[in-house]
Amino acid sequence: MLTIDNLVKTFTADNRTRKQAKAAKADGSAESARVFAVDDISFEVAEGELFTLLGPSGCGKTTTLRSIAGLEKPDSGHITVDGRVVFSGSDGQRTVNTPANERGLGMVFQSYAIWPHMSVFDNVAFPLQVCKRAKRLNKSDIADKVGRVLEVMELGHLSDRQATKLSGGQQQRLALARAIVTQPPLLLLDEPLSNLDAKLRESLRFELKRLQKDLGITSIYVTHDQVEALSLSSRIAVMSEGKVMQLGKPREIYTNPNSRFVAEFIGTSNFLNGTVSVNDGTVVTVDTTEGRLRVHSSAAVPVGSEVIVSIRPEAVEIAESSAGGVVANEWSGEVVTRSFLGDSVDHIVKVGKTEVRNRSNPTISVPPGTSVFLRMDPDKLTLVPVN
Amino acid sequence: MTTTAPPVLASAPERAIPPAPGRTARLLRVLIAPKTLIVAAVAGITGYLALVPLLYLFYGTFFDESGFTLGGFQRAYSANGIGQLISNSVLFAIGAAALSLVVGTALAYLNVRTDVSFKPLFFAASMIPLIIPGILYTVAWIFLASPDIGLLNKILEPVFGPGVFDVFTIWGMIWVEGLHLSPIVFLLMVAAFRSMDPSLEESALMSGATRWATFRKITVPLVRPAIVASILIMAVRSLESFEVPVLLGLQDGIYVFTSRIYFVLRSYPPDLAAAGALAGGLLVVAVLGVLLSSRVGKNSKSFQTVTGKGFRPRPMELGKWRPLAGVLIVGYFLMTVVAPLAVLLYTSLLKFYVAPSVEAVKTMGLDNYRELAGLSQAGTALKNSLILGLGTATLVMFLMAIAAWIVVRSKVRGRGVIDQLSFVPLVIPGLVLGLALSFVYLRSPVPIYGTIFILLIAYVTRYMPYGMRYVVTSMQQIGAELEESAQVCGASWWQTFRRVLLPLLTPGLLAGWVYILVVSFRELSSSILLYSPGNEVLSILIFEQFENGQFTVLAALGVVMVLTLVVLVIIAYKLGAKVGLKQD
Repeated sequence: MLTIDNLVKTFTADNRTRKQAKAAKADGSAESARVFAVDDISFEVAEGELFTLLGPSGCGKTTTLRSIAGLEKPDSGHITVDGRVVFSGSDGQRTVNTPANERGLGMVFQSYAIWPHMSVFDNVAFPLQVCKRAKRLNKSDIADKVGRVLEVMELGHLSDRQATKLSGGQQQRLALARAIVTQPPLLLLDEPLSNLDAKLRESLRFELKRLQKDLGITSIYVTHDQVEALSLSSRIAVMSEGKVMQLGKPREIYTNPNSRFVAEFIGTSNFLNGTVSVNDGTVVTVDTTEGRLRVHSSAAVPVGSEVIVSIRPEAVEIAESSAGGVVANEWSGEVVTRSFLGDSVDHIVKVGKTEVRNRSNPTISVPPGTSVFLRMDPDKLTLVPVN
Repeated sequence: MTTTAPPVLASAPERAIPPAPGRTARLLRVLIAPKTLIVAAVAGITGYLALVPLLYLFYGTFFDESGFTLGGFQRAYSANGIGQLISNSVLFAIGAAALSLVVGTALAYLNVRTDVSFKPLFFAASMIPLIIPGILYTVAWIFLASPDIGLLNKILEPVFGPGVFDVFTIWGMIWVEGLHLSPIVFLLMVAAFRSMDPSLEESALMSGATRWATFRKITVPLVRPAIVASILIMAVRSLESFEVPVLLGLQDGIYVFTSRIYFVLRSYPPDLAAAGALAGGLLVVAVLGVLLSSRVGKNSKSFQTVTGKGFRPRPMELGKWRPLAGVLIVGYFLMTVVAPLAVLLYTSLLKFYVAPSVEAVKTMGLDNYRELAGLSQAGTALKNSLILGLGTATLVMFLMAIAAWIVVRSKVRGRGVIDQLSFVPLVIPGLVLGLALSFVYLRSPVPIYGTIFILLIAYVTRYMPYGMRYVVTSMQQIGAELEESAQVCGASWWQTFRRVLLPLLTPGLLAGWVYILVVSFRELSSSILLYSPGNEVLSILIFEQFENGQFTVLAALGVVMVLTLVVLVIIAYKLGAKVGLKQD
């Protein structure tokens, strides 16, 4: 449905002074004046998928989305939507660049971009009214279609209302209604939930997922919220500094982060540096400063190499007595603090010089100062390469 | 604090007053406190400046020796050609407003939303109304487009025959006024376009709308409040305009309100009541315009929408239209900035005005400047203008600093009234204010009429609203808790004002001060009715030279004035005054 090949977009670094820029030009390092917003990105999105671009601000996710939309001109690369090449270029030469208004995509903006001078109905009818004359529907068909979309979005009763008189959640649904009224092949969503309060965000998240499934509309979703990404997406591309760090299904990315960045960005994690002492192909043994850890992994890490072991807090079990060598990874430590989070309890346990975070069922609560044993299931540990 | 002694803080006056009438004593103490006195004085001065001229104008129009009369109105509005006067005024105001709106809006859109070239030129052009006063701008256009001597006409004569352009027509007046106002519209519209969330336009593009449809259906409706406000403000300003109607219109008897008032006062004997009646009509129209535009401004708030975290507007690529837009920008710049300044400079170097030619260039010299240096009037005028500028700026900023404090910070009852009073002069056209003040001080026993002080009073009144706006804006940015903490530390009101508030306000005060200095330095429309021979200011001297037909000396004087203003504006700009478009 959507293919992106080797997309590159640079910006001139604005924050340099004119003098610096001149100096850079003088010694021929003009190239360094460009900042890569998107640095050679490629991915493919299949029909019906909800594909998420996830990353911290400034990672290039929005620039990628705007390039697909046609609102940003990439420097080079190829973008194909529904078998149609909408952008193609290399080295600043753009052979194809379909303008945004001819790409026929739907988009929901972070600010919703609801036109304040129009009613709810007019906002949704606009895309139908401005399309090419040959394809334009007559008035009653437009009214029908808008009515139906508003009904689906549960905005039917507000049709005549001034668009600015809607609540945040309603405006968000209105923006969505406007984006899908033309039944575009691809729906682009730029942090659509970030302007809502936490409770509303959660309920709209579920609604969005249901709607996307029902309509079967292929969507590209941009967010910096990992919970949103994990719960909504068919697949996620985690981005950092203009590059895709990891691409995969939500569960895969959560349980098997391929780098420290991904592990850190998605959820919380304990990181322990160590050296591989044994690798028998299924179990890798790592010597860390605080002790030995066995990790189930088929990674081809040679003995003697440096690795990082990533341990999710919920993979750390806390026990008051030792299992006595029956379990693979057991360390002893002392509880430093605990905090009650409602649906779970976190303990920080000091093992040697390292603090390890555990997350347990709220029935388990160990007071600070208690000596405890930590057990870490080798299946739940992940090896992350040192950069 | 363990002391149980009676409050040592009790001040001397309290002890002096017998203890019995507690309430009266307290009241008296409040009344003679420095804070009360200062506040009362400032409120009194503001009210006096704003209201007294209007009362006298009213009185002078409706009363003569025999009591109440409508004679002035009769004479003013039954005079020959009054219908013509009204239709001229309307055509002139609407024409100039429309021209400035189209030009200013187009330029603002190009500057904010597109990748048009020559962006620095916009900045230069936006300074024009400040550095070229209306009188010089009008004179420059006479040099350019008068049917007899106009430079443009001479250049085009071989192609189109003599006198293609005639600046002494209503269309010529509209052209000059509209061009002079266009930078102001430009600044207003730049602000409007900048505050618009670009994703509103982008989402229209994503909906499949063409650029043109987006502009028509989204952009224009969204900035409509700014457009309506601009057209109203510009129409009022053109109605109040003095230089263009008098210099261009009187030549062929094309009267509008302002030139008619001037004409009525210049004929002998001057009919003050009739002038007052005309001024009253002008005042009513101006007030209506200003009220309407502030209403529009209020309504526009309902257009605000949820916006994202800060948007970076992406300039629209003009593509094949870019060269054309570039040519238009350069053309506009040449027309509004280069041509008027160049023709002034050129004329100032000539012995008598002729179209440029080899012979003309040969006769060029600095004679006019030499003559100017020898002209004692010129030195006096420059000195007067500077003294008045400095005096006005200082007085206005000082008074308005206190007035603004009363309005923004104090809880004095009736502080809203002070706010409104300080804005009253905004709606009084300069010429009307001049007339009203002459009503006041012709009758006043204090010998102010015929001195430079009457000009000072006029300028302080006229520029009070600007000063107020500068101070109020900067005061609102200073948290009230800064003052409260000073009070908690034990500082008195005056100490707090002087040591905490004033230093924090300094940048805003300074910016306002320079701005008022600049606008007072070039004031003409009030001065024209209030100056007395020997007390000329620079703009009056230029006006006199024009009436005497001494164009070359006038041009030299104009060059001096523009240069002085450039220096002042540069200083203002360095101090961060928002007197033009900040380049980004």
